[in-house]
Amino acid sequence: MQKLDKNIKDDIDKKQTVKDKEYSIWLDTWKRMRRHKMAMIGGTIVLILYIVVIFAGFLSPYNPYKGFKKHFFHPPTKIHFFDEDGLTWPYVYETKSVDWAEYEVIKDKKYPIKFFHRGQEYVLMGLFKSDLHLIGVDQPAHLFFMGSDNYGRDLFTRILYGGRVSMFIGFVAIFITTVIGMIVGGIAGYYGGWVDNLLMRFAEVIMSIPGFYLLLALAAVLPIDISSTMRFFLIISILSFRGWAGMARVIRGMVLSIRNEDYILAAQAIGAKDKRIITKHVLPTTTTYVIVRATVSIPSYIIMESGLSFLGLGIQEPNASWGNMLSAAQNVTKITNFPWLLIPGFMIFFAVLSYNLLGDGLRDALDPKATEDY
Amino acid sequence: MRTYILRRFLQAVPLLLAISLLSFFIMQLSPGSYLDTMRLNPDVSENLINTMERQYGLDKSIPEQYFHWLWQLLHGNLGESFTYKVPVTHVIKSRMVNTIILSVAAMIIAWMISIPIGIYSATHKYTIGDNIFTSLAFVGLSIPNFFFALLLLFLIVKFNVPLPINGMTSIMHNFLTPMGKVVDILKHLLVPAVVLGTASMASLTRIMRGQMIEAMRSDYIRTARAKGLKERKVIYKHAFRNAINPMITIFGFQISALLSGAALTETVTGWPGLGKMMLTAVRSKDLYLAMAGLMIGSVLLIIGNLIADIMLAISDPRIRYN
Repeated sequence: MQKLDKNIKDDIDKKQTVKDKEYSIWLDTWKRMRRHKMAMIGGTIVLILYIVVIFAGFLSPYNPYKGFKKHFFHPPTKIHFFDEDGLTWPYVYETKSVDWAEYEVIKDKKYPIKFFHRGQEYVLMGLFKSDLHLIGVDQPAHLFFMGSDNYGRDLFTRILYGGRVSMFIGFVAIFITTVIGMIVGGIAGYYGGWVDNLLMRFAEVIMSIPGFYLLLALAAVLPIDISSTMRFFLIISILSFRGWAGMARVIRGMVLSIRNEDYILAAQAIGAKDKRIITKHVLPTTTTYVIVRATVSIPSYIIMESGLSFLGLGIQEPNASWGNMLSAAQNVTKITNFPWLLIPGFMIFFAVLSYNLLGDGLRDALDPKATEDY
Repeated sequence: MRTYILRRFLQAVPLLLAISLLSFFIMQLSPGSYLDTMRLNPDVSENLINTMERQYGLDKSIPEQYFHWLWQLLHGNLGESFTYKVPVTHVIKSRMVNTIILSVAAMIIAWMISIPIGIYSATHKYTIGDNIFTSLAFVGLSIPNFFFALLLLFLIVKFNVPLPINGMTSIMHNFLTPMGKVVDILKHLLVPAVVLGTASMASLTRIMRGQMIEAMRSDYIRTARAKGLKERKVIYKHAFRNAINPMITIFGFQISALLSGAALTETVTGWPGLGKMMLTAVRSKDLYLAMAGLMIGSVLLIIGNLIADIMLAISDPRIRYN
């Protein structure tokens, strides 16, 4: 008897030491994530991209709408690190247009690159007005890191601003898709019957139309004369309208399979209300799936938005998005003459690639059983 | 088997009806119509517009328009295109064939490359070769179709590769011998098919690798090895045959992505397919053409899924038709 007591006491002691480092699924996931090197790299790049696009105003040298009319299709400005005396503070030369989209470098005067340069005004995070730019150069020289477009607007600046659309549309659209998918899937699975039938048939209709065809038809519905913010949100709703069906179907299946589990029946037996059962017992079971699915599908939303904008049905000029910037490169002669116009495409590629790596690692970390040593 | 196919076809009918209703509703939401654009043109008389309005049935109420359209559809008449001024069936037939050619070519490329790579990766897990292929698959998965197409066109022009960069046929097409015509089309097909194939190739490789690894771990593989079979035979006769089954399900899933991807690829490479037509139709508010595009696209998708299900039923005896 005494021995047993001691055992129990030992057990309690052990538990207390364990409690210092409480087991949590998120900590565990994080540990497994850490081992996934590529996923960590992907995640870091995604994080950096978000920071960069949020602080686009500060990090970019110009205003995204400012066109230098005499400097259209200007190649990337060459930054010099060496002069006659060897290594020096980086500087640029002024350029002058000599022919259609051909520029001559004027080597009379050096224009040093200035940090914390006072330039055009912008609004930071929709709150503070500022004219402080991380980097800049005095007029009449220009600092086009990635060249300029057909209106002479700085491509680098527009890429930073355009990234806001691409990076946030995916994020917001997947959030809305998830919420709708969980509500519809939850209702259909939990209540069953004709509600289930009706909702799932509707989901089937949406899933039977080739995705991009549906998006094209929906995008054509958007009126032309709406504000850019309005357009942004309407495009998000279009993407979500197309996306919720798949999500709802899987959630419904999951809810259906756990509806008759013992712990749900037990909860019902002790008199828990529907709302409590759904929020405390049913939906948490789907969390892992939802998180993985959301991360994995963000890239496809980024691609769909850029595809729509590329075709001229998404974000409209003069607002920048990686997709509509790329549509300037639709012409083959243009891209061979001005190859820097392809840079926005690489940005889409990097963002999507990083998200894919992150999603892959997250899937492995949250669901180690399913993908063990693949 | 026959009753199963028949039942699937019957199930598709209400689905297509619902799709047509949804598409019609969406197109009605669209602001303005093709005739509105014509009204802005001073050269077009009011009389002509009114005649056209009556001719196309646009003066009737929306439900009436829908049922009129549906009635015509059941008689094999998809209405008349506003832009092309010919029956939609004329426009859409060749477009549909072109999209099918492109999709099938892309699919062949994707499957022919991804299956061997998937097997190689699975049997050489974590070697340099596997790592390279896995990374390439990630790149292929992440590059947007239309950007990849632009990039290829850029490289073709930059390095003077003797490949056409636009359309489906060259100017000289009509003067070529039948053999020459086929070669001409194949040359034009190469870029769009490779672009479209890449995305599915990437995901197929990853899935094939996973399936193959799973199969290699099964008991029957251990048995096969234990009784002294050659490794080649173990891989191709035992593991491969079991790993390929789930891939057929993927085939069904991929059709939707293929059709969607084709729309953008066609636009960039000028391949005259359904997607490109759909885009022009949507842009110019060509109601009946856009409706037809949505319907035909959905029909292709439903038929593709049906083919996948039938193939699965044939290859996997555990699946019964019910």
